[in-house]
Amino acid sequence: MTQSIPCEQFQAQLPELIGSGQCADHPHLRQCTRCKALLADLETIAETARQLLPIVDPPDELWEQIESAIQKEENASSIPSPS
Amino acid sequence: MPHSRFPPPLPDSPPSYSAGGQSAGLQPAPSTIDVSAPLSADALLLSRAQAGDHLAFAQLYSLYKRRIYSLCLRMVGSIGEAEDLTQEAFLQLHRKISTFRGESAFSTWMHRLTINVVLMHLRKKGLSLVSLDEAMESDSDGSPGRGFGVSDLALAGSIDRLALEHAVADLPAGYRLIFVLHDIEGYEHNEIASMLDCSIGNSKSQLHKARLKLRDALRFYPRQEERR
Repeated sequence: MTQSIPCEQFQAQLPELIGSGQCADHPHLRQCTRCKALLADLETIAETARQLLPIVDPPDELWEQIESAIQKEENASSIPSPS
Repeated sequence: MPHSRFPPPLPDSPPSYSAGGQSAGLQPAPSTIDVSAPLSADALLLSRAQAGDHLAFAQLYSLYKRRIYSLCLRMVGSIGEAEDLTQEAFLQLHRKISTFRGESAFSTWMHRLTINVVLMHLRKKGLSLVSLDEAMESDSDGSPGRGFGVSDLALAGSIDRLALEHAVADLPAGYRLIFVLHDIEGYEHNEIASMLDCSIGNSKSQLHKARLKLRDALRFYPRQEERR
């Protein structure tokens, strides 16, 4: 059985196909295990990325820096400009 | 801080919100900060911060610091820059919080504000999405056919999250930006195109190349572990 389209052509279409809902049923995937595996890998990457959580805390000193910068801004804005 | 009007932020308060569209299926998740609910503690906190209550602002920082810092870190890939950008994001929040009208969830608004801060920073550094895209187009290993031809497909339906974090951090800046915004933060291509001033097709193309690069990087991760 010949493949519906060459792998390179299918892959060139992948950026548009993925997420369109038309990828899983594409005729090329019924015949090409390697492209099917590629798609599975890319979907696994996207799925895992969705599960990444914000896991890093900023250093404690950062709040002090922000607080200091805010106070500077407020002090500057409260000083009347010379007329 | 003897003269501080700001109390120390709460230690590690878990953020009770979701920002951007991160959720299953890449659809925006409902925020638990509902500014329309008058009795919501989060809404009350926001309202107090908008009125200039420094304690409330410090509490907002505690709620959002991890989320915002992680977003910055993932987008720029540098701890020092992420700290500077987190600071700038909260400074901007302090300047603009009174303008928040509740037309979107506060978490979404804050998230968008942070992304704008990061994008402005990247543009100042000379990172142009257009030039990046041109550079990546000429990058031979970014072509679709190259990443495919290898028969060693080892992801096998699961990826170590830490490995993925490392691989994302190692992505070139342009790829990383699109991947973080779309696959981690859950923005749609039309939103990304609007934010980055590029075409939707460009966003899709760069995301695809980013995933191919990650696939290449992740394929070798278990082998590195095995060598230890």
